[in-house]
Amino acid sequence: MTQTSLPLFEHMLYIRLVEEEIAARYGAPGQPQEMRCPVHLSIGQEATAVGVCAALTDQDHAYSTHRCHAHYLAKGGLLDPMLGEIYGKQTGCVGGRGGSMHLMDTRVGMHASIPIVSSVIPLAVGAALAMKMDGLDSLSAVFFGDGAMEEGAWHEAANFARLRALPVLFVCENNLYSVYTPLHLRQPDGALARFAQAHALPIWQADGMDVEATHTAATAAVASIRAGKGPAVMLLDTYRFREHCGPNDDDPLGYREPGELAAWHRRDPVTAQRARLIERGDATAAALDALQQRLAAEISAGFERARAAPLPGPSAAADHVYADEPA
Amino acid sequence: MNRVLTNERVISTGEAIREGLEEAAADDPDVIFLAEGVEDPNAVYGTLKGIGQRIGSHRMIEMPLSENALCGVAIGAAMAGKRPVISFHRVEFALLAMEQMVNNAAKAHYVSNGQHRVPLVMRLVVGRGWGQGPAHSQSFETMFASVPGLKVVMPVFAADAKGMMAAAVRDNNPVISIESRWAHYLHGHVPEGLYVEALDGPRRLREGQAATVVATSYMTLEAMRAADTLQQQGVSVDLFDLRLLRPLRLEAIRESVRRTGRLLTVDTGFRLYGAGAEIAADITEHCFAALKAAPRRLGLPDHPTPSSRGLVVNYYPDALRIVEALAGLLDLPAEVETNARQALIAARGDLPVDVPDQYFRGPF
Repeated sequence: MTQTSLPLFEHMLYIRLVEEEIAARYGAPGQPQEMRCPVHLSIGQEATAVGVCAALTDQDHAYSTHRCHAHYLAKGGLLDPMLGEIYGKQTGCVGGRGGSMHLMDTRVGMHASIPIVSSVIPLAVGAALAMKMDGLDSLSAVFFGDGAMEEGAWHEAANFARLRALPVLFVCENNLYSVYTPLHLRQPDGALARFAQAHALPIWQADGMDVEATHTAATAAVASIRAGKGPAVMLLDTYRFREHCGPNDDDPLGYREPGELAAWHRRDPVTAQRARLIERGDATAAALDALQQRLAAEISAGFERARAAPLPGPSAAADHVYADEPA
Repeated sequence: MNRVLTNERVISTGEAIREGLEEAAADDPDVIFLAEGVEDPNAVYGTLKGIGQRIGSHRMIEMPLSENALCGVAIGAAMAGKRPVISFHRVEFALLAMEQMVNNAAKAHYVSNGQHRVPLVMRLVVGRGWGQGPAHSQSFETMFASVPGLKVVMPVFAADAKGMMAAAVRDNNPVISIESRWAHYLHGHVPEGLYVEALDGPRRLREGQAATVVATSYMTLEAMRAADTLQQQGVSVDLFDLRLLRPLRLEAIRESVRRTGRLLTVDTGFRLYGAGAEIAADITEHCFAALKAAPRRLGLPDHPTPSSRGLVVNYYPDALRIVEALAGLLDLPAEVETNARQALIAARGDLPVDVPDQYFRGPF
């Protein structure tokens, strides 16, 4: 499935506006803190989520990490269950059991978000094993960061996926940092590609700040997997604009190179795509401004619904410990 | 919970595990097996032997030496509709998969608010004897049993092993089966065909009045030997095979202690934080007024398992120590204890400590 450039932009813009609204409301001065769970914002990383998910079908699975907001929305997850979850409400996508790091909705193929780095990768591979055994045409896409490729679980799962030629798309979003620690302090130069090569996995590399380039690469990788050629890796360069966890700009901490954040801001995927659409004549600035206003109003209403939704009662806390059994 | 067995067929617990798995797999095409050496000449001590020939080798999935991914892949497949059975040759290898077991297998149903379920059987084999030492003989059942969302079973008798294994495969939750390698050699009467025993609680093995004894896995055999020896001296105990550590169903134990007033637990694992500690606490909470003496616990001492047969002499509780513990708990006459001790010592003869006692071959 390929999408035209305008829907890609609209989806990115929607995610950006949701996340900026979270940031604005999260611990805003003078306001009560109503989102009482950690938030790992995807601001700056929208193009990877949207570019890849636009190449997937509803039957394809997606799996994500602690930084799952963009993946959830890009895969088709709805706003109200997402915000409900972050606000800890009954309306949350998992009823308040998970918080922001466990966004999922099986109805749209968003199967799990797991905040332990790399822990989700074998789950995606296991789903792909089941799909292949059942002769399905679907695939399993798993998002993870550069740090996950340092974990044993990635290597174990990649080896097995390649061995059995499973339909898995491994999507590495390299945002250059694990919390505050830069890539060069954690891996020798060029290691991400070599890790994939070591497992004989084909690599699709793309500018993860360019949604069209990402989408083109994802479409090719997905086609390769659907053609039965086995798993593929996408290596996408991207950048996290805010702090690892929380709503703030953390540049003053000084762990980023001087000027680095500003340089990546100049490559902002949302801004860049907007400019491209206008330049090509695909849309006018006025139309995109109107779109943004419409989305912002929708999102704002969603936040108010989440705020108004009831908290779950403590009696539900012991539900669903075991399947098929009363609490 | 007493079984009525009409057939005379006797097989080993290891063979019964194999039958339970095979029949459950033949009954449900979603059952798949993943293990290191899943169809090698040993086939996990014979417990998977021939299953592929019956159900198709495409359902027998050889795994690289990747315990964490093996477990995670099985969880992912279970979430996608399969019913995987994974086997670890030792509990210690499964420790590499602990992250997947605890964070994903145990929680996927809960944290998805019921959207996912994880029908998964994880078999962990406990080594013992022949110098296997500190990283090949740990049981760790309470480590797993402390996690909500997991079920933990420890079948030891052949019919239990077959029926509980089939029940584990049919269960829609992750079930950890901790199997004593020595228990694989036991024999017993086992029904043919698909045979399922509900995962519903302890099983009474002996009826008695003097004390309640609760044991796990292989320790059940030692306790049974102690009970039978004391019975010859006119002392009868109520003996239970705990069978399940989670969910922990202690109603039958409480009812027993209300009659006997005395409790002895015998653990396969460490005494400290062992299953016996949990049972003793529960009984103290629920049956305090009925207790005539403080509960006693036997289990492994507070150090790793040494390899040498010289060092391992006092490591595992046995029938002799169970008799001694019961003598103290019941304040038995010295003559009774001495007679029972002498009978056990004579029966054991000069058998080395590091091999299974043929007494425990059965059939039971």
